[in-house]
Amino acid sequence: MKTIKLVKHIDLNEVFGLLEHPEAGGMDIFVGTVRNHAHGKEVMQLDFEGYEPMALKEMDKLATKALEKWPIMKLVMIHALGPKKIGEPVVVIGTATAHRRDAFESCRFLIDELKTSVPIWKKEYFGDKTVWVNAHP
Amino acid sequence: MKIILFGISKEIIGNNQLTLPEGHGLTTVLELKKWLLKKYPVMGSLSAVAIAVDQVYAEDETPISDNQEIALIPPVSGG
Repeated sequence: MKTIKLVKHIDLNEVFGLLEHPEAGGMDIFVGTVRNHAHGKEVMQLDFEGYEPMALKEMDKLATKALEKWPIMKLVMIHALGPKKIGEPVVVIGTATAHRRDAFESCRFLIDELKTSVPIWKKEYFGDKTVWVNAHP
Repeated sequence: MKIILFGISKEIIGNNQLTLPEGHGLTTVLELKKWLLKKYPVMGSLSAVAIAVDQVYAEDETPISDNQEIALIPPVSGG
């Protein structure tokens, strides 16, 4: 029913299979990737660090909330940790439901909430310095 | 008492964990936050700092003790 994990490399080809369900009429898949710029400056790469056991617990709590709120047949939450290059996938959220509205809404809820509560940190590498994202107001 | 550190707090403190001195007398999350801010004033420049006790976000009044897993959670930025 749900797949929640932290990995070094995200395999996007795996996600479709994890979401397949005979009663699902739609899948919504969000893929977050590494962007080549931030604050008008070129980003060379990113590095993700996680408090792994707690991150998995927080992801599981969000999945539980989503499963209570929407009629979801399959749910996927995968986040990558470690160094990531431009264009690489860093997070995948997927939900499969009977109708598309529930898939869109639940997928959006999961990625929005992941970004606010799951203990994972992103470091941006610019040419001359590194920045922990969101650390300062 | 040991505090696990991540992200920018690891860089501020210069280690991936912080051991509080014997007889620190800290009994709640709020006391720990105040102690950290006094010892590392630059922590005050962060947009927020949370404390997790046994891998769950804790409130200011949550009690803390040596046998718990305590972690400092700087502003998260996953996704």
